[in-house]
Amino acid sequence: MTFLLGSGAGFSGDRTDAAIPVVAELIRRGQPSALVFETLGERTLAAAHRAMRDDPSAGFEPLLEELLTPVLDDCLRHGIAILGNFGAANPDGACRVVAELAARTGRGGASIGRVHGDDIRARLGELELQRWEAENRELPGEMALISANVYLGAAPLVEALELGAEVVVTGRVADPALFLAPLVHHFGWAWDDWDRLAAGMMAGHLAECGAQVSGGYFADPGRKEVPNLARVGYPIIEVEEDGSLVVTKPVDTGGMVTARTVKEQLLYEVHDPANYLTPDVVVDLSSVRVEEIGPDRVAVSGIRGKPAPQRLKTTVCYEGGWQGEAEISYAGPNALARARLAAEVLRERLTFRAPPELRSRLDIVGHASVFDSDAGDLQRTMPGSASGDYRLRLAAEHAERRWVERATQELLALYCAGPAGGGGVRRQFQRRVCTSSYLVKRSDVDAFATLFDARPADERSPAHATR
Amino acid sequence: MPRVEATTAGAVSECGSERPGVALHRLAHARAGDKGDRLNLALFAYDPRHYETLVAQVTEERVLALFAHRGASRVRRYLLPGLAGMNLVIDDVLQGGVNGALNLDGHGKTLSFLLLGMELTLPAALLD
Repeated sequence: MTFLLGSGAGFSGDRTDAAIPVVAELIRRGQPSALVFETLGERTLAAAHRAMRDDPSAGFEPLLEELLTPVLDDCLRHGIAILGNFGAANPDGACRVVAELAARTGRGGASIGRVHGDDIRARLGELELQRWEAENRELPGEMALISANVYLGAAPLVEALELGAEVVVTGRVADPALFLAPLVHHFGWAWDDWDRLAAGMMAGHLAECGAQVSGGYFADPGRKEVPNLARVGYPIIEVEEDGSLVVTKPVDTGGMVTARTVKEQLLYEVHDPANYLTPDVVVDLSSVRVEEIGPDRVAVSGIRGKPAPQRLKTTVCYEGGWQGEAEISYAGPNALARARLAAEVLRERLTFRAPPELRSRLDIVGHASVFDSDAGDLQRTMPGSASGDYRLRLAAEHAERRWVERATQELLALYCAGPAGGGGVRRQFQRRVCTSSYLVKRSDVDAFATLFDARPADERSPAHATR
Repeated sequence: MPRVEATTAGAVSECGSERPGVALHRLAHARAGDKGDRLNLALFAYDPRHYETLVAQVTEERVLALFAHRGASRVRRYLLPGLAGMNLVIDDVLQGGVNGALNLDGHGKTLSFLLLGMELTLPAALLD
């Protein structure tokens, strides 16, 4: 029987009303199904660890309540499993929120599973770490370390479902594993059934970024039109026991599912398509086929799997100093020349007002910015319209906040001491996070699941005891 | 008009007429993804008839040149004829990546459209 995977969010900060039509569609179809919230990016996790350091009850997805409130009761009532990495740095804290939300609608007994084992910060020094090929940083000192988390596979999530969890809360797991887990649980796929595991992982890969497979992040007016993007429907993947996949979306929603929307997401953040590494299987997309089989229905086939890698990816986050940004606008006749002069003035001021190790960059938004290099190659060489609406942006980075403040202060001072007609200054600072990735031995990772028990430890029954 | 192999921009065709230049944006769609300081650009022909033109002209060398100003060190191209597409993996192009870049777009998400600005030449028979 077909299993349905619905996506409720594709990143932390995604639309919090997206899951509503997805759950309505899952209920309407009445087939076994699960709803997945993927809300944990690399930086999101570091931010969560910092938040927890300041407040031990924080450190999970800040929008958790807003995401779950509209759909939790419907999912519990209709047996739709919810899985989410919204536990971030504090899965217990997230479990507590889920339990409270469930209790509000009279479902205080809801079974909540919690996945353990991704946080290896305490053991980092003892483990044999192998550098990830795309990285070249040294391991940071203990003082600067914020977090170290392994990308777990689907096994501990399946364990949670086997324990009877109706909601599964995780920290770091490979995003598509959130989707693979209910499939393995439902179909009973073996852990060496590589082709099926690969298909399940790709179902997750296609759905994990929410609307990115169903018309979001796709529209290019005049070339790629997308209907009703304001109400884009988040994806539902229909999965068969043999690993066949159909990508679709709820009825009466905007967006679209076409061969093109699916192809763009198929290779999103993939490097070698013949060797896409996941914790549970290496996916081979060499002979993948994408076929429109009906309106908003696309079949994906030909996905092959190879044995899982022996090592798991671990991301280490550590303090990265400060970044400051400041901006000022120039518009109307001769605006580009005034913005360029302002940039020149800033460059000269920074040579004697900031220490030499300060990293900085100047953009002229409207002329050359996001495509440009830090050195401003395009800004110097690209022709631009003399009059227009331009915004000069300074970005500066230093280990100490005071130098970032000093540098951006120089942009502020253009108000009175720079070229004519500058206005609309804004300035902001943020702490930066550096990340580097390593590979750890699978045998060094102890991943498992327990059922969450909100009662204090001395009142718990043995069945709920942590392992 | 006979179909002519298009290789270099602005070349003169066998029948003596200038081959029309066309922006890649007209022939293909793309999406960018990042991991660390590495960017991948997935590129697909709208019309499978244009796939061979993309293969001939969107080469590792040309893509590396397009991103050279940002310090790109290597481009690897993986062809997926079944999807009429290719995956371009560009190393060291994000000047620090999402966590280290000073660029407004540290992920490099906008860079799919830098690629789509590339000029190609297209055999006139295919330009419709």
